[in-house]
Amino acid sequence: MIKFLLGKLAWLIPTFLGITIVAFGFVRVLPGDPVLLMAGERGITPERYEQLMAQFGFDRPIWQQYLEFIGRLFQGDFGNSLVTKKPVLTEFLTLFPATVELGLCAIVIATLIGIPVGVLAAIKRGSWFDQATMTTALVGYSMPIFWWGLLLIILFSGILQWTPVSGRISLLYYFPNATGFMLFDSLMSGEKGAFRSAVSHLILPSVVLATIPLAVIARQTRSAMLEVLGEDYVRTARAKGLSRARVVGIHALRNAMIPVITTIGLQVGVLLAGAILTETIFSWPGIGKWMVDSISRRDYPVVQGGLLLIAGIVMIVNLLVDLMYGFINPRIRHS
Amino acid sequence: MTSISTTEPGSRRQVLAEFWFYFRENRGAVIGLWVFAVLVLVALLAPLIAPHGPTTQYRDALLMPPVWQEGGSSSYLLGTDAIGRDILSRLIYGARYSLFIGLIVVTIALVGGIVIGLVAGFFGGWVDTVIMRVMDVILAFPSLLLALVLVAILGPGLTNAMIAIAIVLQPHFARLTRAAVLGEKNREYVMAARVAGAGKLRLMFRTILPNCLAPLIVQGTLSFSTAILDAAALGFLGMGAQPPTPEWGTMLAEAREFILRAWWVVTFPGLAILITVLSINLMGDGLRDALDPKMKRS
Repeated sequence: MIKFLLGKLAWLIPTFLGITIVAFGFVRVLPGDPVLLMAGERGITPERYEQLMAQFGFDRPIWQQYLEFIGRLFQGDFGNSLVTKKPVLTEFLTLFPATVELGLCAIVIATLIGIPVGVLAAIKRGSWFDQATMTTALVGYSMPIFWWGLLLIILFSGILQWTPVSGRISLLYYFPNATGFMLFDSLMSGEKGAFRSAVSHLILPSVVLATIPLAVIARQTRSAMLEVLGEDYVRTARAKGLSRARVVGIHALRNAMIPVITTIGLQVGVLLAGAILTETIFSWPGIGKWMVDSISRRDYPVVQGGLLLIAGIVMIVNLLVDLMYGFINPRIRHS
Repeated sequence: MTSISTTEPGSRRQVLAEFWFYFRENRGAVIGLWVFAVLVLVALLAPLIAPHGPTTQYRDALLMPPVWQEGGSSSYLLGTDAIGRDILSRLIYGARYSLFIGLIVVTIALVGGIVIGLVAGFFGGWVDTVIMRVMDVILAFPSLLLALVLVAILGPGLTNAMIAIAIVLQPHFARLTRAAVLGEKNREYVMAARVAGAGKLRLMFRTILPNCLAPLIVQGTLSFSTAILDAAALGFLGMGAQPPTPEWGTMLAEAREFILRAWWVVTFPGLAILITVLSINLMGDGLRDALDPKMKRS
């Protein structure tokens, strides 16, 4: 197990270095001079230009700049935003909980609906339920979620007026930001109606973000179940006279869950990509919207830092998924 | 088994017939194929069937609802947008963009991925390690985010969006090709070709590649729909095709401010994206069933 773990960790280092090279290279390959780019349209005096070149180290060899960049990263220095002047890491840490809250809600919705639907569809293969749910799943999988979000806004915010259009909570409420998770904070604040407001803001974006993972999980669960249900040990269990529920619930489901858990873990990248669109539509103050805004504002230090942090998170989550996969499936660990 | 390049034409027809047999079994796939064929026709014949020009503005018909709703007009079947352009005509022309985007992106990603994957799998060693590390790095970024950043570097626009999406999708093809090559490289027919004196290029492209095509075709179909979705998303975020191009995602971006006033300007472009992507994914499912030997019930 330890060897397996170390091997996986060793795998991480070159990928991480690659990610830093991409993020480092990003600012270099932008057309134009980096300092002039940061100065913007107002222009800059030649003295100030030299000063900034020296300050950012652009006058030194590229490999030295890269090493310094890495050195600063390890001290938690991701640079400052050109727009707000605040450290990129601080901004990221302020906004990240909003994205995590949204992503967690989405993955909970997707898992709680996707797995039972997939299992039922597999058991009742070929039935109307199977056909209806799998058709729906394919529609969900093909969904342009930015459009789906707009449709839900038209229906629930426009026509029915059930939910607000944007943001995380109504402006009426103000309470300290203790955990960064609006659901907990609003509950703990004790303000009447705050929790309700938080939920009503969260529900539409979560549903939108959950759509594609839900479709993927339902389809994956169904095909994993079908594969397992055809295995000899399931047939043996059934031949022994075990009840159908026991065979499906214990013998089949447990084995079918192995690929499904991996699939759920791999949705993190999908969720982060989806968060870019979902947060933009619902003005959700998370890192997805932050990245889009920074790109359109040409706030390059934020784009660079955000790219690094997001890729780092995806990498670590994928590693955890890999480890968990090895943990629940000994065949992988020992191969 | 011999490689496809040396088999007789008769057996190739047989392979196609068998493929069609399995593909036809899947009702969804056949529906998807028909819808897709119609979309291709619409795209090809756009100037002939579109009632209006895609960018013609009718100043006396701003935000006109569809024909079946009160205030609608039969000359604008699906209504008009905020500056009086016929939505149906824009959608018809938009089909050209989406299918073109899918085609170009998949071609670039497929060719690039195949070459990279073949080189990695065939040469092995450090070449393989370096190439696959680079692919891992690309895959570590959420695809849409990386595409967004690439477009920020290259500059917004349809061409750059297509290049960015192709770069992001390419590692999937490289990985698949490499895996297939590793599986095939030591089989007898490859040995035989090598012993017979086939050069490296011939071995890679004529001997091994034709036998790795099935998973690549399936992935190609899936990537076709992903490319259309991602290009529309980039257009929606203002980084893809620029107005007044009638690209569906760009149309949605322009329509956003009217969502609570004019449902039709938002609904139809998205529906067009959904139908296109769904038809391709339906075909993809059918292709997978038909090409994956494990799925065949023989």
